[in-house]
Amino acid sequence: MPVSIHPDSQVEMGEVGDTEGNKRDIEYQNAKAYLLTQSVKSGLNLYDHLASVLSKILDERPDDAVDVFEDYSKLQKKEKFTSDVDTIQAKEEKSTEVALAEIQEKLFGKGDAEEEAVEQEEDVETPLPNLMELCFFFEQAGVGLNREEIIRIWLALKNLVDTHPLLHVRFWGKVFGTQQNYIIAEVEYREGEEEEEEEEEAEEAQEQETEEKREDDEEGEVEEDDTPKPDFKPVPVVPKEDNRTGANKKTYFVCNEAGKSWTKLPIATPAQITIARKVKKFFTGNLDSPVICYPPFPGNEGNLLRAQIARISAGTHISPLGFYQFDEEEEEDEEAGRDNFVENLDFEPVPTRELVDPTLSNWVHHVLHILPQGRTTWWNPVQKGEDDFEDEDEEEEREEPDEPEPETGPPLLTPLSEDTEVDNMPPWTPHLSSKLVPQYAIAVVHSNLWPGAHAFAVEKKFENVYIGWGQKYAAANYSPPPPPAVQDEFPSGPEITEVDDPTPADEATLRAAQAEAAEAAEEMEEAEEEEDEED
Amino acid sequence: MDAQDLHVSVDYVGTSGIIFSPEQKACLQTSLCILQNNYKFDRVYFWGKILGIKDDYFIAQGVEKDEFELKKTLYSKDCVHWGLLPPATPERRENAKLAKGRFTGDPSFEFEHTEKKDENAEEEMITIKEENRLAAVIAEIDNDARIVPRAAFIKTPTGDVFVNRSFQGLSVAESAKLCNYFHFREPEKLQEKSLLQRANLDKAIDFMDSINEDIPKGAWSLQMERGSGLVTLRSLSWIGYVFYHVPGTRKFGSVYVGTGERNIDLPFML
Repeated sequence: MPVSIHPDSQVEMGEVGDTEGNKRDIEYQNAKAYLLTQSVKSGLNLYDHLASVLSKILDERPDDAVDVFEDYSKLQKKEKFTSDVDTIQAKEEKSTEVALAEIQEKLFGKGDAEEEAVEQEEDVETPLPNLMELCFFFEQAGVGLNREEIIRIWLALKNLVDTHPLLHVRFWGKVFGTQQNYIIAEVEYREGEEEEEEEEEAEEAQEQETEEKREDDEEGEVEEDDTPKPDFKPVPVVPKEDNRTGANKKTYFVCNEAGKSWTKLPIATPAQITIARKVKKFFTGNLDSPVICYPPFPGNEGNLLRAQIARISAGTHISPLGFYQFDEEEEEDEEAGRDNFVENLDFEPVPTRELVDPTLSNWVHHVLHILPQGRTTWWNPVQKGEDDFEDEDEEEEREEPDEPEPETGPPLLTPLSEDTEVDNMPPWTPHLSSKLVPQYAIAVVHSNLWPGAHAFAVEKKFENVYIGWGQKYAAANYSPPPPPAVQDEFPSGPEITEVDDPTPADEATLRAAQAEAAEAAEEMEEAEEEEDEED
Repeated sequence: MDAQDLHVSVDYVGTSGIIFSPEQKACLQTSLCILQNNYKFDRVYFWGKILGIKDDYFIAQGVEKDEFELKKTLYSKDCVHWGLLPPATPERRENAKLAKGRFTGDPSFEFEHTEKKDENAEEEMITIKEENRLAAVIAEIDNDARIVPRAAFIKTPTGDVFVNRSFQGLSVAESAKLCNYFHFREPEKLQEKSLLQRANLDKAIDFMDSINEDIPKGAWSLQMERGSGLVTLRSLSWIGYVFYHVPGTRKFGSVYVGTGERNIDLPFML
């Protein structure tokens, strides 16, 4: 604290007498004057302050006064009366805390219209899950989120149910970002009530644009017919899976904080899923931020998040054996395999002890495995390719590519015991929630492949949740894929191979040889002529 | 975080997905109290949890008077029985870096690492006991990630480090800046600073490295939870390390719940 020192208050040495006593007096006065100088900031001076602190300590006589001296000093300053009359009006700015609380306050409102609706709709089954109950079980397992946060998420899900025609809603999990986090809800729309026109229109527009571009290119080529055409054929784009099938079976909504508006994530394309496998990036928390990585990711962070959600769901969504079963009326489609299942109404709960068995044969995946192609069902790139080329002239020349081997993955409802090991360690860690009271414990399974993915099961209840950074586990360090090999420009042959220039000697021998040949030819001709003449 | 109010302060890190079951909390409350008494610690900190494949390790640390010195680390697998970890000597810390993969959950497990120093030399086998690796990793995390707010600790002229009795917490504006958080360790970069840079530092307070100079930039994710009511700092190089501070109060602490592996891919991921 800067203290202003008034030079006037210093007493000059020479003015008063020089005796010993006087000297001490002067020093004393100088010191006291210094202590009495007022602080510019607070208007206090140390002399008065010390006096009041000491008298306070003497009054109260605390134990170990020397240790608490600072506190007394602070307290004394605080308690000193200061007038807070100020002529300047302060403009209080809303802190961010208040701003968020105001947003979240809406979650807790009931709304008048709703109250009436509740009475009528009591019998109707709501798609809203009992999140608090699930939170309770997860808390037993030592995973999950704050209870208060869960309540807010629950209310936010309720909001989502009220505003969209949904059949199922589930809290999928929370993904951390560097600046903000994502809260993710997994929903299924009621049959035929989906609002998907916007997206499709946008995509169609995009496709048209690209087509137009292609046409432009072709026109350009016609004008300059000398320009050689490249042999390069772009790898056919793997078509994305439709809504409600495969990796896009469910729709996902995200928000940064419970109470803020939900945003629907776009559907995942196979290209995004395959690239997402090759990159390792933290999320920032902003859906529109670009993803800067190699190989380049087609889309922004929202697309990357969607692709990771698809991968995590496919890898870690599990249920106890027998909870789901295939629809018996439905005939098995031999080619595609089954991708639908129904809840088993006669499900007999698997005993907890068997669920935590290390073989894990009592847990099954209920989300289809995503093939290396980025789809759950394999799509043959060749057959599709032929259609495109039909009207081209080069078709005949084109070599018939080998029929690619169809990629296959494990069918739906495969037990976890079939899962492959992750870097020499088991992919799942099962354990009981309580070692002290095992008879009431629940079975918990943690994923080692996707750290943060958990599942629990007890009686007829089970749930999966993911709380983590959205990154797959790898024991080895990540290295980005190398850039593709440089392409051959043209086949190397003698006409483009560089050779040494002929030396003068070489030229002389060549000339001599040529001259000899010429002479020989002349002689031959002459001989022929002679023969002709003879005839 | 302080073991005494663990059950309260663990709520602050709940938004980061760090939750302990009521059973664990109850166990810890009892056993850490006994631990403090048995080992005659001044303060006991609950350090966190290291996830193993078969079992998890709960870690606690006890300090005597000086916060920097004489730190003892203890581990437990059931939250009840605590065992002292061997000290993390520099040699052990070097060796532990050779062990790859997750912790198994068995302290007597031995990681094996074969190394060839020269082309001609014979393969050398190094075995690393999981217990030693655990101690080394904890020391690494303490060194790299353990942070405290500025002015929460003071250094006395004799060199001892104590809790600052008059610490009132960072203000909201201060708490949003990385330069107000310090690595809780002996300074490494402070001596490299020029005299000019050090001129304005308060010797009693600024005796540690601040985290805004950490490499790479962006190794910390600072987030304001609940508007500005809670500051959460997550280390991206040790995923699972979470620090919280309630601005304007003395409440701060940190906990690590993770696999005990450094995120070496960090430069690619930012």
